[in-house]
Amino acid sequence: MTKRWISTTPTRRSVLQGIAGAGALVAAGVTPRFVQAQSSAPLKLGFQLHRTGIGASYGRWYERTASAALKVLNEAGGINGRPVEIVFEDDGTDPKRGAEVVEKLTTQAGCDLIFGTLFSHVVMGSAPRAGELRVPYLVCSEGHHVASGALNRWALQPGITDVKSQVQAMAPWVTANLGKKVTMVFPDYAFGHDHRDFFTAAVAAQGGEVIKHIAIPPTETSFTRYLPQIPTETEVLYHVMVGPAVLTFVKELGEFYGSGARPEIFGFIDSLEAVDIASPGLEFLDGTHFWEGHPRYKQQDASEHEAFYRAAVGVDDSGASVSDGKDIATYAHMFSAWETLFVIKAAMEAAGYQGPADRQKVVEAIEAMTGFDEGREHPQGAKTFNGKTHQAFGHQSISRVEGGRLLRVHQTAIEDGLYPDEVDYTTQSF
Amino acid sequence: MDFGPFLLLALMEGLVTAAVLALTASGLSLVFGIMRVVNVAHGAFFMLGAVLAWFVAEWLPGPPALAFAAALVFCPLVVGAIAAIADMAVLKRLNYEPEATIVATIGLLYILEQAALSLFGPDARPVEAPFSFRLQLPWFGYSGYKLAVVVAAALVLLGVWLILKHSRAGLLMRATQEDRDTARAFGINVDRVYAGVFAMGAGLAAIAAVLIVPISQAHYLMGGDPLLLSFIVVIIGGLGSLRGTLVAALLIGLSDGVISTFFAPTLAKIIATLVVALVLVFRPQGLFGKRAA
Repeated sequence: MTKRWISTTPTRRSVLQGIAGAGALVAAGVTPRFVQAQSSAPLKLGFQLHRTGIGASYGRWYERTASAALKVLNEAGGINGRPVEIVFEDDGTDPKRGAEVVEKLTTQAGCDLIFGTLFSHVVMGSAPRAGELRVPYLVCSEGHHVASGALNRWALQPGITDVKSQVQAMAPWVTANLGKKVTMVFPDYAFGHDHRDFFTAAVAAQGGEVIKHIAIPPTETSFTRYLPQIPTETEVLYHVMVGPAVLTFVKELGEFYGSGARPEIFGFIDSLEAVDIASPGLEFLDGTHFWEGHPRYKQQDASEHEAFYRAAVGVDDSGASVSDGKDIATYAHMFSAWETLFVIKAAMEAAGYQGPADRQKVVEAIEAMTGFDEGREHPQGAKTFNGKTHQAFGHQSISRVEGGRLLRVHQTAIEDGLYPDEVDYTTQSF
Repeated sequence: MDFGPFLLLALMEGLVTAAVLALTASGLSLVFGIMRVVNVAHGAFFMLGAVLAWFVAEWLPGPPALAFAAALVFCPLVVGAIAAIADMAVLKRLNYEPEATIVATIGLLYILEQAALSLFGPDARPVEAPFSFRLQLPWFGYSGYKLAVVVAAALVLLGVWLILKHSRAGLLMRATQEDRDTARAFGINVDRVYAGVFAMGAGLAAIAAVLIVPISQAHYLMGGDPLLLSFIVVIIGGLGSLRGTLVAALLIGLSDGVISTFFAPTLAKIIATLVVALVLVFRPQGLFGKRAA
């Protein structure tokens, strides 16, 4: 028989000693006076920002918009009574860097979730990492990649309508008012391919035809050489360009057509985001049409919420910065950063979010949403939200250039942009 | 569009590309020919020229033509001065060893790019052309300024040729190129020649950039393509041969214009790179280069 040096059962003496010790601690006031039900530490939201690289002009305004929204949010009591911080991290508008930024924001900065990404190639590069890290990833990119099912359950787009819905909603107006033979000019990557595929299909559904696709590499700086490919029988030239060379593209288009005959021109405002429409060389745009997610020039019937939003972000009625009239906003897109932040607030409050362990609940809370009313939190307008496809659907504007200003001539209904579900993320595992 | 006007447009576009390319590549070729330095920062000097042109246009009041003329004089001088300082402070201290200078100029490229990012910002910014004359042909319109770029580039290249062939500075450069040590033995200040050549190479890139910036805007990452194309041109033309550089620039520029107009710009780049590979295999010294002894 071995001698037991350590007793496994407490002796009466040791229990008494323990009680006495604990009593002494309580008497000395070592234990906290009260235990909070929840942490009051700030919530940290990561923002994947295109501060440099080809998306820089968007990045500058997304940062301003998100910061303005954050100020409004915190002044109204934050989320669940907790203050909120946004950690901005530059991804260089680069997909590889994008994945690293998701990692950094999640594991190093300790962010509760990540939002704000615009460029679709960065979304495509980053979303898989967000899925692996099991962190909600709320994009503001317009790309159809969320609703197409290409991403994962952690990726959502509650702040802006996707391209498929946008072009489907507008195609009837374009074919009815501008023409049925369309030539498309678009950037040769995911975002441009969405335009190519869905607008072509939408035009065909209206009895029109896209007679030529002209794909342009996203890093291109000279465009004249592509323009002769536009067939002469083209009735509508549809253009959507992105990146630092957009102004060059539109200018060269003007030079190419000059004073000669030209087709009707319908462009996505992406081709002119952050660019003054009154720039020299753009006079030919007068009378052409643009899609706008959110009208850059304040329209006559603008709501009070729209006015509040403009003032909060610091944008004047012409869509320029109030402090620098030459600094034109990326107004048609940046509302998505604002609205996404308020979706996050609603979701975190509905989920009773405490900390990273509740990340899954946030995704489930957003999936349970069905739409958003127009208001300060959604100044662009009302939207419906499809929890299965993780995609929001809103109104689109078609504006006409008149005297160097954009005037809205048509607004689509939300129903115009609806299409059958292509994925049900809620059936996927987390 | 019919074939005739289509080809005309392709050739005009090609000519503009060729003119700017010839200027940029001749700077690269000059630096390699005389100093045996592979200047990876050449594209950054190009970008610097464009960015400075924007600052000049922004700060100088008056008509755009005046600001543009000022930029055309001021930018190459400033960029040349920066290059000369880089030469004396960095390259000279590395004794112009080929491997070391490549790494050093890569570093220089990053420094210049990040400096532009910090001081100029990440946006593309337009510079107004000195005149807005537009050529209206029956089939399409064309920017008169683009044609002026071709003429201006030709004049600058003529000037470079005159300097190299008929000036004392050119004589010193050619002597240094022929044999550095003998030149030194004859009392030529080789260090000064090198600094001057490096400045001139960068200055040529800056002139090309000032000419192109009213067409394609200033952006801190704009140096990548010109650098790549310049290397292609210089390798095909023969490193160090100005004549070869000119011929190759015309060849690449025009074929780029025609192929990218009729087919796709990516195909033009693929073919240009393929030509480089073939030249390296079958005629490593380039079309006009001298075979290494």
